[in-house]
Amino acid sequence: MDRIPILRMGPYLLVTVQVDMHDRLAMALQDDLTTQIDRTGASGVLIDISSLDMVDSFIGRMLSDIAAMGRVLDAETVVVGMRPAVAITLVELGLSLEGIRTALNVERGMEILRAGTDAARDADREFVDRDRDAD
Amino acid sequence: MTVTQTDERAVQSQNDVVLIRQIVREWAREVGFGLVDQTKIITAASELARNAVLHGGGGVVRLESLEKGAPGGPVRRGLRLTFEDEGPGIPDVEQALTDGYTSGGGMGLGLGGSRRLVNEFEIQSTVGEGTRIIVTRWK
Repeated sequence: MDRIPILRMGPYLLVTVQVDMHDRLAMALQDDLTTQIDRTGASGVLIDISSLDMVDSFIGRMLSDIAAMGRVLDAETVVVGMRPAVAITLVELGLSLEGIRTALNVERGMEILRAGTDAARDADREFVDRDRDAD
Repeated sequence: MTVTQTDERAVQSQNDVVLIRQIVREWAREVGFGLVDQTKIITAASELARNAVLHGGGGVVRLESLEKGAPGGPVRRGLRLTFEDEGPGIPDVEQALTDGYTSGGGMGLGLGGSRRLVNEFEIQSTVGEGTRIIVTRWK
């Protein structure tokens, strides 16, 4: 069976969906990504859907589910490159893509993920500093 | 109104759902739909084809290119898709068209969502006999 490749870029996982996915392939991607987040301890997932010329309720739900599972595993998901016609259609279809961060392109998506990582590191540092002050 | 081109395809499997998206894309381009209209009819076709496979036990889709207009006047072109299955049928069509209603495996947007993506939507369903859904989008 086909698989959609998942690339690792430092603390992030990168997926570019370049085929018209049938439902099983979408489900396999969801499983593979969850496994990879767990295995690599990735803090962010970037999914590029600029090649998709449609997102129906099934693919939309798959993206929402990946984001939700990622959150549980402490990874943020950003979906990038959605075409304007796809966005318009999604809204009319009634899909809100709850809990999904979106960005216009890969660069912007990476910025969002980096900002999240920096914020987490700052919070850790603050926590350590507070601890030190308490000693 | 005249039908200028017609074709029929099986809707039996997940792969057929992908295939139908691709065929509908070609037909929508041929009719002359813009990108947004193309995307809407392809998405509606995807939802309805999946429904036919998952809930209808498979079926067929008939594609028709349409033209309408008064003689001598401007011609309006459109695309009509008829999904038919001989599955269990839908006991409560009104409920099935409600957003958020799902019999499982979806977001419950399949039918209601598809209806919003097209200009004309017609559904005939008889429990134990099957379901026919006809959608039309005009350019």
